[in-house]
Amino acid sequence: MSLPAARPIRLRVNGETVEGQVEPRLTLADFLREHLRLTGTHLGCEHGVCGACTVLVDGRSVRGCLMLALQADGAEVVTIEGIAARCPVRGEAVARGEATLSILQESFRDLHALQCGFCTPGMVATAHALLAENPAPSAEEVRLGISGNLCRCTGYVPIVEAILDAAQRLREGA
Amino acid sequence: MKAAAFEYAAPRSLSEAHALLREHGEDARLLAGGQSLMPVLALRLASPAILVDLNRVAGLDELRGTSAGDLLTGAMVRTRTLELSAEVARTQPLLHAAVPWIAHVQIRNRGTLGGSLSHADPAAELPAVAMASDATLIIAGARGTREQPAHAFFTGLFGTTLAPDEILTGVRWPAWPTGRRHGFVEVARRHGDYAIVGVALTVDLDPDRLVTGARVVVFGAADTAVRASAVEAALIGQPAGEPLAAAAAGHASDGLDARGDLQASAEYRRELAPVLVRRALLQAFGLSAPRAPR
Amino acid sequence: MSDPRAQARPDPTRPAIGQPLARVEDERFLTGAARFVDDWVLPDLLHAVVVRSPHASGRLRSLETSQARAMPGVVAVYAWADIAACARTIPVRLAPLPGFDRFLQAPLAQDCVRYVGEPVAMVVATSRALAEDAAERVEVDIDPGPVVASLADALAARASVHEAGTDNVASRYTVSRGDPASAFAAAAYRRRETFRCHRQTALPLETRGLVARHDPVAGRLQVWGASKVTFFNRRWLAAALDMPESSVELIELDVGGSFGVRGELYPEDFLVPFAARQLGRPVKWIEDRREHLIATNHSREIECELEIACTAQGEVLGLRGRVLGDLGAYVRTNGGVVPAKAAQFLPGPYRIPNCEFEVVALLTHRTPVGTYRGPGRYEANFFRERLLDLAARDLGIDPVELRRRNLIGPDEMPFDCGVLCPYEPATQYDTGDYPMALERALDAVGGGRALPAPGRDERGRLTAFGVACFVESSGAGPAENARLRVLPDGRIEVGTGCSTMGQGHETVLAQIASDAMGLPVDRFVVHHGSTTLVEHGYGTYHSRAVVVGGSAVDLAARKLVARCAALLAQRSGLEPSMVDCREGRFMHRTGGAVLGTFAQLGAEAAAGDAEAIAATQVEDRFEVRKRTYTYGTHVAEVAVDPETAEVEVLRHLAVEDIGRAVNPLLVHGQAIGAAVQGLSAAFLDELVYDAAGQLLTGTLADYRVATADGFPRVEAITLEEHRSPHNPLGVKGAGEGGIVATAAAVANAVATALAPLGVTLTELPLSPERLARALRAARASPPPPA
Repeated sequence: MSLPAARPIRLRVNGETVEGQVEPRLTLADFLREHLRLTGTHLGCEHGVCGACTVLVDGRSVRGCLMLALQADGAEVVTIEGIAARCPVRGEAVARGEATLSILQESFRDLHALQCGFCTPGMVATAHALLAENPAPSAEEVRLGISGNLCRCTGYVPIVEAILDAAQRLREGA
Repeated sequence: MKAAAFEYAAPRSLSEAHALLREHGEDARLLAGGQSLMPVLALRLASPAILVDLNRVAGLDELRGTSAGDLLTGAMVRTRTLELSAEVARTQPLLHAAVPWIAHVQIRNRGTLGGSLSHADPAAELPAVAMASDATLIIAGARGTREQPAHAFFTGLFGTTLAPDEILTGVRWPAWPTGRRHGFVEVARRHGDYAIVGVALTVDLDPDRLVTGARVVVFGAADTAVRASAVEAALIGQPAGEPLAAAAAGHASDGLDARGDLQASAEYRRELAPVLVRRALLQAFGLSAPRAPR
Repeated sequence: MSDPRAQARPDPTRPAIGQPLARVEDERFLTGAARFVDDWVLPDLLHAVVVRSPHASGRLRSLETSQARAMPGVVAVYAWADIAACARTIPVRLAPLPGFDRFLQAPLAQDCVRYVGEPVAMVVATSRALAEDAAERVEVDIDPGPVVASLADALAARASVHEAGTDNVASRYTVSRGDPASAFAAAAYRRRETFRCHRQTALPLETRGLVARHDPVAGRLQVWGASKVTFFNRRWLAAALDMPESSVELIELDVGGSFGVRGELYPEDFLVPFAARQLGRPVKWIEDRREHLIATNHSREIECELEIACTAQGEVLGLRGRVLGDLGAYVRTNGGVVPAKAAQFLPGPYRIPNCEFEVVALLTHRTPVGTYRGPGRYEANFFRERLLDLAARDLGIDPVELRRRNLIGPDEMPFDCGVLCPYEPATQYDTGDYPMALERALDAVGGGRALPAPGRDERGRLTAFGVACFVESSGAGPAENARLRVLPDGRIEVGTGCSTMGQGHETVLAQIASDAMGLPVDRFVVHHGSTTLVEHGYGTYHSRAVVVGGSAVDLAARKLVARCAALLAQRSGLEPSMVDCREGRFMHRTGGAVLGTFAQLGAEAAAGDAEAIAATQVEDRFEVRKRTYTYGTHVAEVAVDPETAEVEVLRHLAVEDIGRAVNPLLVHGQAIGAAVQGLSAAFLDELVYDAAGQLLTGTLADYRVATADGFPRVEAITLEEHRSPHNPLGVKGAGEGGIVATAAAVANAVATALAPLGVTLTELPLSPERLARALRAARASPPPPA
């Protein structure tokens, strides 16, 4: 039995151009994890329900397990690793001698919006896209906006608070 | 949970796509947004030899109004694009109201109009909305294009009139007449789940608030979304109001071949249908406010 | 109520314990830098896939692996014959009830399969995808047998899960206290009901997984992905592989949740290390989600026939009944805990002098069960609190008042519970003011002396409150070790045998050590879980890590300070008692020159100074046999749509006294997270089997858990009123009180809302289908006019 040949792809991931040779069946999530070693993107179900593998493709949140790596050819992909680095107040945070967390990530920490941390990258990616689209969401909008991301630890209450907190801080900072 | 191996082709045009379908016949599967197909592949419930990806086919993602006031939407328009479109909000109130109920934002960011209609899940929102909106589906075969009203397109559980070499390319949503009202409700276990039962409907009211037309579609209850013709018949010519909503909704389960499955019995679905039809009618009559997705 | 927020930084003027500090672990999780087991890659890594039985019951006629072996990338395929020489059965770790040893599971099926998902073979290949391709080619020929698909099937013994002709009883016993027969005979009021709790699983968001590497030269086996009870598992694994325990290292990476199910011994915990040793190459196995739902422990399925005896004034005289627990096809490491604790906790926080419970642990052709957060308590609280509401209604007593009359009072502490669990000694509730927690909950919902009355909202929905009181055990012994080491830069490394699956022990244990040593919390680096960190460990379950592990850290930290002080005193010719330690510097009690610092001693130790090593590297052990008991009250408010049978939880409040909160931010997180998990289970999560023993809820689209929009208004109030006398910190466990009374409270609320329609609720989950059926039944037989 011969397997379909791997094919070349070229895309931008976290601002850098990357190339790869991928089997057709390889998902975008597996490409990120296995080929690029960006293991912040997690696999919680691999059938499109849990949201742990959420990444941004051309600015929109998508499930990395429901997209083929080949389909990302030419796309702009941002993962949790890239969200951390592209912190909107990075300069300020560095100046304060603090970690390079984005405001959103800081709010997650300050409101204890993560426990085991497995859902966190997908949750942050989803929230990041949500705030980019809607800088002043209601609690209800936040809840619906992250309803495609399962969390088994926090009960979601602090996650919603953290996203609202980040939204407010981002608005005040703007 | 990795899919079985498959070949992959990303045609740039419909003719290339048709050629691939012709070449591979039943071994090929069309890939649109992938939000239903990819899980099926991952679970190895299907293992096509080749995926024909429509994402790079030119011209399938247009969304525009016509001079006649119709709305044309390409099959590869993402659900999220429908949700955010001012044109949809302005011209197709039912579609605009229903789209936020579909799954979750990540799914809507990839999932497509054509993919949902072709997949024909009986509990999906878009087939029902297309039927209630009297939309027409545009289907391209190797030998030409045909059009079919949405209500005639769905033939059974995950079944449509699409021939193996046909591709759904777009949907025409007819201009929304003055006096047309809509209602949309569904009961699901969680927000974003497929509906246990849902109702999408439009009613046309004359200036005296008499019902002159009605399309009442119940989805999730049977093997396809179905027109509740007895409800429609009971509405026509009657004055819009709470008594009419209650009386007409009482016919919602007439002839309904309700299915039972893991999450709900046929009996429960038959009980839900009239309740939800009544509530959707009250929305349409302006007697209750639509609720945001939950 | 506003949610707690982390303090920007620790306040050095106050003890670290009690401060809501942000977690030190968070940054790596937030930036994608955390390392979970599937992120762990070794050179030359192979990938394993387990082939599982598609049948619930049957004889394994043949297993044909030649086609699979010929597939691309395949390195090995293992069946029973390949492992028979050293395979041992999965042992019982907790609840060793008589008879259980007859029903233990081997890592691969030998000649019978007993549940869908039972491992029958394992394929190892060069990639996960290739291993899955080959797994499809393993031909498993099973002659299907009759299926015991439910508790009713098991009890009827129409077929046998194990030896033909035997009943399906894994163990059966009766426990009692007082004189139940006389109490029931004399009681003015009695009521008997049958309650059911449904099958669920904990569903951590990270599935299980392992990476194993064997070094034949060093004779060393390393296993990554370990969790929960690493020392127990190491002992078993070393014995199975005939290796010295010291040559086997179980290593904990970041862990994506457990809630009881992860980290127990499973067949794969043998198969993966076995394959790595056989093949001389590292092997990774990552459970996929579909596998998880059939392979990881299930829990909670219990049927309980329960009878209450009261005086006319609502004094509960007795409680008796029968608990039928479903253990699944085999007795797993802690499966017996589930029915045993369900029985033990039936009296709960009430004094109920006379009790008698029969426990029947049954086998069915379904996935084996183990503990899930609040094992037995979640179920028992539902059974008892539901029955109390029914009794209150019958007696015309307000349900809150009925509870008030029966809750154990503070003057009755410690309270003797007797022996209601046969494998444990007599127990005592340690401290608490149970009625106070009830009043606090009522105050918070504005109820005054009773719950607010039921009503209707503007949408015509029926609204009602429900209440449930609970007591929850935590802090199981027997012991835990902690090892502290001073690093050359003066930071202190803390090692614990407890695991962490998201709780935040790296932060909390640092807070405990901080107070014990008088050093800022950021001077501590906490390592956990792995078997090399301490001499011995027991692990993380039964809300014990802070209680037992934290106490060990406290002891070891104090010992470290004393040792260092003694060394420096000796060097200066002083009495040890004359040397004080202040913020890492040792000096004469009366002040004066610094005699030495942790950094200095740490550097000396690093340079090999034997005295410094002895002083700066200490291990201590905290032993405890008595448990701590938290307690509290949950109140739920719901709106039920009588037309659609949908329920909205308008509010859920969990009040719990945990004695002392080491980190209030994290405690609050545990309480809220647990409550939502419990509500999710009460309404959504349900493992459904058909009559053939096939799991119908095999994906996350079918096995539903709460999403962010489901239960938005959940609150928790943590009380620190009554500390435990059984540990130096005075703490009680904080991980499970948030879940244990959730189903009880919301079921009482839903039942109260629907009572006017004649509905009696005795079963979980509160799914619309089930409620619709209850409403239909009530419509069919309207209640007699009151």
